[in-house]
Amino acid sequence: MKRRLAGRPELYTSYEQEMALLNTHGKRVAVAALLALAVASPFLLTDDLLQLLAVGFVAAIGAIGLNLVTGYAGQVSLGHAFFLGVGAYTAAAISGDPEGQVIGYGITFLPFWLLAAGLVAGLAGLLVAPLATRLRGLYLAIVTLGLVFLGEHIFKEWSSLTGGPGVGREAAVPEMFGYRFDVDGAFLTRAQKLYLLMFVLLVIFAVLARNLARSAVGRAFAAVRDRDIAAEVIGVGLTRYKLLAFALSSFYAGCAGALLYTVTGFFDPGSFNLLLSVQFIAMVLIGGVSTISGSIMGALFITLLPRVTRELPALVPVVSAQSTGAINVFQIEAILYGLLIIGFLIVEPRGLFGIWIRVRNYWKAWPFSY
Amino acid sequence: MNELLQSLVRGLGTGSVYALLALGFVIIYKSTRVISFAQPALMLTGAVLVSYLVLEMNFYLAVVVAAMLVALLGLVIERTALRPMVGKPVFVVAIITLGVDIVIRVVINGFIGREVRQIGDPWRLDTFSIGGVPVQERYVAMVVTTAVIVTALFLFFNYTRIGLAMRATAFDQEVALAQGISVGTVFALSWAIAGALAAVAGTFVGTGAGVDQQTWIIALVALPAIILGGLDSIPGAVIGGLVIGVAQSLVGTYQDTYVPWLGQNFAVVAPYVVMLIVLLVRPYGLFGTPEVERL
Repeated sequence: MKRRLAGRPELYTSYEQEMALLNTHGKRVAVAALLALAVASPFLLTDDLLQLLAVGFVAAIGAIGLNLVTGYAGQVSLGHAFFLGVGAYTAAAISGDPEGQVIGYGITFLPFWLLAAGLVAGLAGLLVAPLATRLRGLYLAIVTLGLVFLGEHIFKEWSSLTGGPGVGREAAVPEMFGYRFDVDGAFLTRAQKLYLLMFVLLVIFAVLARNLARSAVGRAFAAVRDRDIAAEVIGVGLTRYKLLAFALSSFYAGCAGALLYTVTGFFDPGSFNLLLSVQFIAMVLIGGVSTISGSIMGALFITLLPRVTRELPALVPVVSAQSTGAINVFQIEAILYGLLIIGFLIVEPRGLFGIWIRVRNYWKAWPFSY
Repeated sequence: MNELLQSLVRGLGTGSVYALLALGFVIIYKSTRVISFAQPALMLTGAVLVSYLVLEMNFYLAVVVAAMLVALLGLVIERTALRPMVGKPVFVVAIITLGVDIVIRVVINGFIGREVRQIGDPWRLDTFSIGGVPVQERYVAMVVTTAVIVTALFLFFNYTRIGLAMRATAFDQEVALAQGISVGTVFALSWAIAGALAAVAGTFVGTGAGVDQQTWIIALVALPAIILGGLDSIPGAVIGGLVIGVAQSLVGTYQDTYVPWLGQNFAVVAPYVVMLIVLLVRPYGLFGTPEVERL
């Protein structure tokens, strides 16, 4: 690979340079600053915020997965909640207490159950994919919606695995080489540990996805999304790449599902419903379709949104903090999801990422308008 | 035998409600090429409106007024949330309707409250018997109403100018526009019709058990019905709705005895299983038009 010329930041002398992960000086600085901020924040923020951010990071892994299939490959999936559920139960079953009420094998080694959860969910994705390769657009959206209902039914009925509705079961135990992430330690609290763990995992998953997106596979996905027939004519195997997109997306969803409930520690089979799928769709759309950084922004935005609305009763007296009031925070939260989805799609289809691009371009040219 | 007949009647009754909902989906799809995920909210709105209006007036009048109000709501949704999106990818528009659905349902849930609201229909759970088989009056009312509405729609699409305009728009929007048809009016009208149908369907869903915050899920069963019939086929929607209704009812009656391992309440998800099987065999449903695309 040829060297970059000093003092010529815009000059690329090879394709590799242009497609590099951090191809501009600005990106290198910004990413370094963000990483530093993220690593420093466990020691700056309170524990409850850290826990929320940890959930946000896991949601970001799931959102990246959905973005791979829906954003990059253009295959609309409303079935993300199902794959999250498959992952969550695989991980919980593998790491669960063998003596307990529900199925458990007692292997608490984190990388093992994480990979297993991803692989099982990925296999489930492959099973659904034959339908996806035959269908396009809205037909596919409806089929994946049906998948959520079927999954919910199975999770509710299979109570020896899931504990049954209203009871639930404990989530997977995050442990590595005897080190527990979900208990307070001598040096770090539980929230700090989980935050750092999820952050490291998010970075790994995000870099993997970004590399995938800028490789031949990512370009094939984009070709399938933009015009599937044209893609097939120029030699992109439709079946192969649709299968791959579904399997990868489900793998990410499975891993996210496995991790999602380790923070709260407990989950109910009723969680994997249509609303969860819609939340992930909202993350992808609000964050920015077919961008990895957008998925992360969207996931953090949606996860932190309830926290912001919880502050409303203090500011606006009409809003009640209890679920019994005429206007309560839970209603406002749900309405906000809806309004944000509509608003972003109409006004800024590229999502938060698009807003960032506009801000950046404004300051690039500042003080000139263009 | 008696059990089978009863199950069939129940299936045809609920099936005709699904058919009404499915018609709404199909009418919107045909004119705008979008699947409206806002239909559950419109159905719920209709049912709740009836439950309030019936306190003031005659039940039948209440249904008509509610249907008109929900049609108006459909118009408003089309004008505010969907008209700006004409020409955008269908997936994006579908997701917008999903957002609309969430917003409306939250507002309506505020009017439902925690308990179950009664529709105040004249049929309740009364039965009469045909040849020894007890039949609930409300199922007969459902089938008859649906038959009347489907006939009216058939006449509307075949013998009125605006019906013809709607069919022309469904066939080719640009050519319709070039012939002087106001495509915007057609979009608005199809949302209004779908809203009114959803309101009537919602009323029937509310007969018997009443309306609560979970009722909206029922409207999604119309999705397997339209997939079964084919997204762009109006007869397909009616047949699909009836088939799904009967299948669900039969599964509900016999599954406990013959295949208990599928779990309780399997009837609720049975329509989705039927849908998956049909799609594996016929990707465009029974009566849908296969997509033909040029490069």
